[in-house]
Amino acid sequence: MNIYLKNGFRFVVLLLLQIFVFDGFSLYGFLIPYVYVAFILFLPFGISKSRLLLLGFFTGIIIDIFGNTLGLHAAATTLLAFARPGIINFFFGKMEFHENEQPGIAKLKFQGFLKYSVLLVFLHHFALIFLEVFSFRDIVARLEQVVLNTVYTVFVIFIIALLFPGKRNRY
Amino acid sequence: MRTLFFFFWNHRFLTLFLLLETVSLSLLLNSYSYQKSLTFNTINDFTGNMFELSSDISDYFLLKKQNDRLIDENTKLHNILSNIVHDTTADSLTGDTVYRYTGAKVISNSVNRRNNFIIVDKGANDGIEKEMAVVSDKGLAGIVIGVSPHYSIIMSMLHQNAVISARIKKNNQLVNVIWGTGNKELGKVEDIPSHINLSKGDTIVTSGNSLIFPPGIDIGTIEKYEADSLKNLNSAILRFSTDFNGLHWVYIIENRDKKEQQSLINRVTQ
Repeated sequence: MNIYLKNGFRFVVLLLLQIFVFDGFSLYGFLIPYVYVAFILFLPFGISKSRLLLLGFFTGIIIDIFGNTLGLHAAATTLLAFARPGIINFFFGKMEFHENEQPGIAKLKFQGFLKYSVLLVFLHHFALIFLEVFSFRDIVARLEQVVLNTVYTVFVIFIIALLFPGKRNRY
Repeated sequence: MRTLFFFFWNHRFLTLFLLLETVSLSLLLNSYSYQKSLTFNTINDFTGNMFELSSDISDYFLLKKQNDRLIDENTKLHNILSNIVHDTTADSLTGDTVYRYTGAKVISNSVNRRNNFIIVDKGANDGIEKEMAVVSDKGLAGIVIGVSPHYSIIMSMLHQNAVISARIKKNNQLVNVIWGTGNKELGKVEDIPSHINLSKGDTIVTSGNSLIFPPGIDIGTIEKYEADSLKNLNSAILRFSTDFNGLHWVYIIENRDKKEQQSLINRVTQ
């Protein structure tokens, strides 16, 4: 499948699922799996940094428009997109990629993808939760929420990634 | 100038990042105040339509529960009505009322965020305006903060910026109610004078001091109160009457005298 078509399809499906399904999947009343970030995680290795940032911002803004949280998810997802190239370089700098390959379980292996997604999702959730409260009161409880929510989001992303593995070496 | 341009061009990734974050954060700043959220929200017919479509699908699974609740409420209203009809001192049932109720269906509702919103299927075309009161069959639910032609967005009581002027029903003392707990069933009563003794189960109702809510609407009952003799004003935990998680129908209340009351206040305070 064409790389644009594939990512476009993933974008639409993940956002629809996030807005209409996953927001109802809350645990303990305050954990929500923000699975839409997987769209940014799975963008191909070869994407330009600027395009990555713009896509991050755009994805966040759409979530914000539906949730009436204008700016919140945009800020967090832009941060995620900003950190992605550096983290890929840090963990997998020696690995060779085809530019259309995606950073998935097939390429990075289970452990590699776990490191990659946990770190980026944590960063996103940290920004999201602290910007939403806009104070450092109850900082321990908030950090706990960031950690638990990261575990939940990454867990759901893994389930989706394992359910739809795609073909290996598909560019 | 050229050097500056090249500087930004050489750091274009960082520049773009800072630019996008600045845009996001300046948008986000509007959500931290009630007044700003009135002029700054994202309700529109397009998103409204999509939420309606999605709620139409999930509604099939909830029909029975909703019917039961409507019947309960009907029974309650019938009981009240029969009292009015038998009240011989009332000579009319059709007199002008100050408050006009509009029923609306909830098409999107969140309870798990720091700031929760409710979207309903009535909007400007149905006479809904900003800052109208919203109640459920059990009690207070929120305030309309934005309208599109066919939909409205409501700031739920479960929102950081929601502050409701309230009264302790048994002694008419004025207090304030905020959410403040992060739990969808519990709120916080603030500014309780220290000489007041509250016990579990005491009812808190709207005061009627704001131009938005009619007086006497249930907000909740006291769950926990510990008086602190060192403070002048105490706070208590309150259990909301409204089940925000199971909110499917709400009533939007228009205060028909609001304009007149507002202009009177403006004249006096000027």
